[in-house]
Amino acid sequence: MKPAPSIIFFTVASGAGYGLLFWLGVLKPLGILPASSMFSATAAIIALALITAGLCSSLLHLGRPERAWRALSQWRSSWLSREGVAAVLTFLPATVFLIALAHGENALMVPSGLLSALGAAVTVYCTGMIYASLKPIKEWHHPMVAPGYLLFASFSGVSLLAMLAIFWGGGFFPALVAAALGLAALMFKRAYWASVDATPAGSTRESATGLGFIGKVRPLESPHTEANYLLREMAFRVGRVHAAKLRSIALLLGFALPALMFCLAIILGGGAAMVLGLLGAASAIAGLLVERWLIFAEATHTVALYYPTQR
Amino acid sequence: MPDGSTTDRIAYSAPIGDEVKTTTCYMCACRCGIRVHLKDGRVRYIEGNPDHPVNKGVLCGKGSAGIMTQYSPARLQAPLKRIGPRGSGDYAEISWDEAMEIATSALKKVRETDPKRLAFFTGRDQSQSLTGFWAAQFGTPNFAAHGGFCSVNMAAGGLYTIGGSFWEFGEPDWERAKYLLILGVAEDHDSNPIKTGLAALKKRNAKVVSVNPVRTGYSAVADEWVGIRPGTDGLLVMALIHELLRHDWVDSEFLVRHTNAHWLVVRNPGGADDGLFVRDADGKPQAWDRAQGAMDAAAADLSPVLVGDFTLADGRIARPVFHLMAERYLGAEYAPEAVAERCGLDAERIRRIAAEMADVAFNQTITLDQPWTDTLGRRHEKMVGRPVALHAMRGISAHSNGFHTCRALHILQMLLGAIDTPGSWRYKAPFPRPIPPGPGPAGKNSKPNTPLAGNILSFTHGPDDLLVNDDGSPIRIDHSFSWEAPLGLHGMMHTVIGNAAKGDPYRIDVLFMFMANMAWNSAMNPLETIECLTAKDASGEYVIPTVIYSDAFFSETVPYADLILPDTTYLERWDCISILDRPIGSSHGPGDAIRQPVLKPDRDVRPFQDVLIELGARLGLPAFTKEDGSARFKDYADYIVNHERMPGVGPLAGWRGEDGSAKGVGKPNPDQLQRYIENGCFWRHNFSAEESYFKHSNKLYLENAKAMGLIGKSDQIVLQIWSEPLQKFRLAAEGHGAKQPPEALRERVRSYCDPLPIWYAPLGQEAHDISGFPFSAVTQRPMAMYHSWGSMNAWLRQIHGANRLYMSRAKGEAMGIAQDDWVWVESRNGRVKGQVTLMEGVNPDTVWTWNAIGKRAGAWMLSPDAAEAERGFLLNHVISEWLPAQTGPRLANADPITGQAAWYDLRVNIKKCASGEEGITAPHPSALTPPPNMPEPPKILRFNAGGQKP
Amino acid sequence: MTSLPTPTPGARKLGLVIDLDTCVGCHACATNCKEWNTSGHMAPLPDHQPYSAAQEGVWFNRVHAYEAGDGDEGRTVHFPRSCMHCETPACVTVCPTGASYKRAEDGIVLVNTDMCIGCQLCAWACPYGARELDEDQGVMKKCTLCVDRIYNETIPEDRRVPACVSTCPANARHFGDLGDPNSDVSKLVAERGGYELMPEMGYQPVNRYLPPRKASSQVKTAPKEAGPLPSQITNPLLRWMDKVLSR
Ligand SMILES: Nc1nc2c(c(=O)[nH]1)N[C@H]1C(S)=C(S)[C@@H](COP(=O)(O)OP(=O)(O)OC[C@H]3O[C@@H](n4cnc5c(=O)[nH]c(N)nc54)[C@H](O)[C@@H]3O)O[C@H]1N2
Ligand SMILES: Nc1nc2c(c(=O)[nH]1)N[C@H]1C(S)=C(S)[C@@H](COP(=O)(O)OP(=O)(O)OC[C@H]3O[C@@H](n4cnc5c(=O)[nH]c(N)nc54)[C@H](O)[C@@H]3O)O[C@H]1N2
Ligand code: SF4
Ligand code: SF4
Ligand code: SF4
Ligand code: SF4
Ligand code: SF4
Ligand SMILES: [Mo]
Repeated sequence: MKPAPSIIFFTVASGAGYGLLFWLGVLKPLGILPASSMFSATAAIIALALITAGLCSSLLHLGRPERAWRALSQWRSSWLSREGVAAVLTFLPATVFLIALAHGENALMVPSGLLSALGAAVTVYCTGMIYASLKPIKEWHHPMVAPGYLLFASFSGVSLLAMLAIFWGGGFFPALVAAALGLAALMFKRAYWASVDATPAGSTRESATGLGFIGKVRPLESPHTEANYLLREMAFRVGRVHAAKLRSIALLLGFALPALMFCLAIILGGGAAMVLGLLGAASAIAGLLVERWLIFAEATHTVALYYPTQR
Repeated sequence: MPDGSTTDRIAYSAPIGDEVKTTTCYMCACRCGIRVHLKDGRVRYIEGNPDHPVNKGVLCGKGSAGIMTQYSPARLQAPLKRIGPRGSGDYAEISWDEAMEIATSALKKVRETDPKRLAFFTGRDQSQSLTGFWAAQFGTPNFAAHGGFCSVNMAAGGLYTIGGSFWEFGEPDWERAKYLLILGVAEDHDSNPIKTGLAALKKRNAKVVSVNPVRTGYSAVADEWVGIRPGTDGLLVMALIHELLRHDWVDSEFLVRHTNAHWLVVRNPGGADDGLFVRDADGKPQAWDRAQGAMDAAAADLSPVLVGDFTLADGRIARPVFHLMAERYLGAEYAPEAVAERCGLDAERIRRIAAEMADVAFNQTITLDQPWTDTLGRRHEKMVGRPVALHAMRGISAHSNGFHTCRALHILQMLLGAIDTPGSWRYKAPFPRPIPPGPGPAGKNSKPNTPLAGNILSFTHGPDDLLVNDDGSPIRIDHSFSWEAPLGLHGMMHTVIGNAAKGDPYRIDVLFMFMANMAWNSAMNPLETIECLTAKDASGEYVIPTVIYSDAFFSETVPYADLILPDTTYLERWDCISILDRPIGSSHGPGDAIRQPVLKPDRDVRPFQDVLIELGARLGLPAFTKEDGSARFKDYADYIVNHERMPGVGPLAGWRGEDGSAKGVGKPNPDQLQRYIENGCFWRHNFSAEESYFKHSNKLYLENAKAMGLIGKSDQIVLQIWSEPLQKFRLAAEGHGAKQPPEALRERVRSYCDPLPIWYAPLGQEAHDISGFPFSAVTQRPMAMYHSWGSMNAWLRQIHGANRLYMSRAKGEAMGIAQDDWVWVESRNGRVKGQVTLMEGVNPDTVWTWNAIGKRAGAWMLSPDAAEAERGFLLNHVISEWLPAQTGPRLANADPITGQAAWYDLRVNIKKCASGEEGITAPHPSALTPPPNMPEPPKILRFNAGGQKP
Repeated sequence: MTSLPTPTPGARKLGLVIDLDTCVGCHACATNCKEWNTSGHMAPLPDHQPYSAAQEGVWFNRVHAYEAGDGDEGRTVHFPRSCMHCETPACVTVCPTGASYKRAEDGIVLVNTDMCIGCQLCAWACPYGARELDEDQGVMKKCTLCVDRIYNETIPEDRRVPACVSTCPANARHFGDLGDPNSDVSKLVAERGGYELMPEMGYQPVNRYLPPRKASSQVKTAPKEAGPLPSQITNPLLRWMDKVLSR
């Protein structure tokens, strides 16, 4: 699948935003985070900004963005519609939460925080399910995809939270969670790759054409000698060697380095922790951008079976 | 019916357009009937005419894309006069008046001095009855259409053997055949009927066997694919004949009734009558009757003997044709095991195919309860058919041994008794014709201001009919009908430009061409052709002083002409698909068709036929002027209706006579075109069941055909196994008669003019060392593209925007060549670069590509970096027009009998490109400059006749 | 509406049956589809760079060629591909706007281009590559099963079939109700072993493909008696010497 920058940015940014919102919503009521309302407000604003920027970016992917509102109508069947509805609905408690945080309204903060967390989780889950529900793409139609979205969103969110908390001097717990989730994400992603690499394609040229009863099927001529929308969109495939490199980069940058930095931040504390927290969060986001690029670039769509393998 | 429960507005019953007109498709030469729907003055939809006999409602990929041809930016806009050097593309737009003035004055001078110095050659058009007639009126023998490089081997092979031919003059009995052997066919002129026919055969569970080095298209749907090595079909066919003879799987009754198998041939080696038929005083061929000895071979009460040597009353020895034939093909050199390796096939398989054909022919006969009467007046209660059909085209034709291979195929049919019988191959009306028909070609003595009497393209019966000077040198610029191509029925367009540039046999003043892309895909070695068109003599004048060309589009040839006469598109003009030329008849009956203008041209263009008729009048050609010197015809429509070739015979056969009631022969009918339009722009007469088979011997058919003007005589047409005209040429080469070939050609004529089919290795391969060129290289017609025309069609060029070199996967891998690699294709003539696709279904010693996809940069209003110019390549660059250098005259790379261009004799080597050479084809001549005022091609096309949603 | 209509027994399932045994790969179905539809219900079907490099456009039907198997058993198969009008198509259910819908009355899957936002999710969801983005208008388009032909009362009844079907010269395309076991198309599918593509996807495509047949059974046994080799008899021609023939 062709990695569309608007979608990559959208899932990473809004994923991190929802992750941040989630942790803020859960941890704030528990009182584990710095008490400063400045901290809370900053965190919530960053979360909402990321979410909004992500959603706006996703509109760029639309052929007719001015009609985007129509996407809210089909929540009965469409995960994309559900994502939209969840995203819009989440803005309600999230706005209340933001106000409550800014004003230190604890009574409002707890329910609105928890509801925001719930909304964030549901939205991210819906995002994951958009991909996980697509049968023609075996790398996406996989039981680890939706949990993965949740895990990566919560990891990137908590990384941002940890970074902010370190600035406000209370980063121990979030940094610990970030390091732990980083390691978890690393193992999870490796397990996912191991699993998809080992899963044979459910569909083949033979099943796509039904000609397997004759023998091996090889494309001879494409319908048109030049490219087309479907080929550009669905038959994009990153080279093996390149992909292996990028996988390592994603694991290292996205998960291993941040985990290490957050551990070091906990150990070193002080100014060093601030630098490490910043670097950890940045590394996590950068790594996730690579991971997300790979999610597309490594995904194979059954449409490609109809065409000669792209060289 | 939909319940309309959604908000989507669907106009279920929107009328297709506001107007519909019938006409005839010309996205290729198949001539399907179409219905053109117009909306707001634009073409909304073109569909097949369900009532039309050719296509019965279907349309092919090209026909359906006609809209994009109509609206192509490559359409020429106005007459053009060259103002820069040839090839520069510097033109000035001129008025039609000026254009006609220029053409008239150039042509007038030629006609007044030496009409030969006009070479008038036309391409893939369908108005040869007009253009040929015009040339004869002008008085030049130098006329032909493109048939010489197309398929004259099929035409000549058939017309000299069975009085019809595969090509366009015959077809398998699609309704009844049980076995079809189809050789070397990719698409053919009968595009839609073949597809429809194959589907019908398969539905009836008939077996289809395709002999073709490549397994695509028709070969892909065949039950059996025989991946033969190119150029060796003759051997395969003769091996099949060998098998039939060896087993006596032969329909001897058919042979003695319908062929010359029993005719006696004089055996007198070295004598002037050797190999000629034994004839009585009246010239009637003789056969040997079991009881009475030599007698009229056509007699009814004859019991002919097929083998043996007989002594005639005058003491000469004679032998029946059958004997001579059987003797030859029973020879060990034609046994399957002897030919198998050369053909790249298994001997067992050849034997099986022969046995299958025999099984179907003799064990699965078709008997129709249909009485008929033969030419001897004998009534037969039934029609018995051998349901084995054959069809063949340019895979046979485009080789220098194609004429003989084609004849061998017809002999195979005759042995099976499978000519125009139920289930077999059938003649398409107006065939069969006498073998060979009519008087010889006109043009022996052209004189100033004098029309030639007769047809320029006609049939030679022997040396006397040749167009040669006393020293044996050619009279025609293309050397057709000379000793180089004694049966050059269709001319040799592929040699015209080369010969004209060399002055061989003489210089010409005007080269006048119509609808032939001679500076590119219809030339062998286009770069040399371009050199000839731009060559100058010592005085700085072009060697070919004047080039006049009519095209409808900005093709590669346009920049090389001095005067461009822009034509209309097929939807903008009258046309006539005439029974005098290439009509739309079928085995069911004769037919013809017209095109009517469905749109008005939006440019300053004129139908070429109108222009030609007006030129005829301006030049004062007798048939085109009235007694007072004024124009006889207003335009082509007027000519179609009122021109009479012979009294009562005109371009159209339908609705003749003043009241429109006559068929074939009758007075001109002023309402004729209207009647055609009312009938969907075609006319068709259907044969009765009794006339439908055995047409060569069917009394009722022959008499009716004569009455309709299809043939001149109603005599039986005896199929010719032994070809006497060929023997006459051979005798001349052996030193007999007044007209003999020049020394340099004597041996060539002697060996190739064999009265029985022979096989020899393609000439171009024999004459040089081919060990360095292990692959045969051929092209195929893509079904969705018509020669070069399709590339300016926005839809078709998406289907074939570039072409690959296809080769065997195993061979490629062994040579270290991978899918998509760039390779050089090298021949004795040079090299061309292209990109490889590996495949399974190809003869391992053959490479191939789609024909005419590669384009010269800049042509056809495509951007110079278009795929067609960068990744498309033209195999023609490595095909030579001439045989490898040898002593004696320069000889065309062509069949030695018919002059048919030998496109598919090509041998090549494949070499991987060095790194850095990939990405763009070579040769890659400089980009052409478009003529002035061509429209700017759009960046995006949103074709939608009638606007947005209805 | 993006939810699928509730399946009802005996509901009409209009679709195509494509005969791979006779398809010669002529692209007629593809170009005729293009000309019909570019001025039809989902008009236009735009073409980008129509006269320069990288030409491409919207086509509802595309014809591939494959080679299957090796050696003498191998075949070349021409293979048209368009929308299968699936019974349970995710292209419809993923659509967030309701632009994509499947009709209860005949099973045709359509896009309402007035509602489509061009999110392309349906294209991702279609295993068969049957969705075509009009990048000019920013909306999704696809095979309509020629809904503006098959019910069109201004067209003679026997021609009320999809454009691709009416034009196919090789009679390789058939149209009808695959929900009715007694329809001509259903019988054809039963007779010829028609199959669906990628059944493992679970979309339940309505269109069926008829497989290339093995080979004709017409030729039963070739005549048995082996002819003599020419070398085995002194003069093979003698066989015809005494053959009594009459004209
Ligand atoms: N390598 C290779 N070369 C081949 C062949 C092959 O098999 N292999 N085949 C050969 C054969 S059989 C043939 S017939 C030739 C065909 O070769 P051509 O006859 O040259 O082929 P076309 O491309 O059809 O081009 C004819 C010209 O007619 C113009 N034209 C189209 N429509 C009209 C019209 O309505 N009016 C006018 N005035 N002009 C029009 C086109 O623009 C084009 O320039 O190619 C030959 N060349
Ligand atoms: N779509 C489309 N239709 C056309 C045309 C077109 O350009 N496009 N052109 C028209 C014209 S002008 C013509 S002349 C006809 C030609 O009609 P065809 O004769 O059908 O055309 P070719 O493409 O020359 O096909 C030759 C076939 O012979 C095979 N072949 C080559 N060498 C040999 C051989 O030695 N033995 C055997 N057995 N097979 C061999 C090739 O693989 C190819 O399949 O088509 C006409 N119809
Ligand atoms: S075969 Fe195709 S292009 Fe040729 S006349 Fe028929 S519809 Fe037109
Ligand atoms: S029109 Fe018919 S034969 Fe031609 S490609 Fe389409 S299905 Fe095949
Ligand atoms: S083929 Fe694709 S577009 Fe058509 S209904 Fe099925 S899933 Fe939808
Ligand atoms: S592109 Fe249009 S039709 Fe497809 S899912 Fe999105 S809104 Fe629906
Ligand atoms: S049914 Fe209509 S829209 Fe669909 S492929 Fe055929 S012609 Fe095109
Ligand atoms: Mo041709």
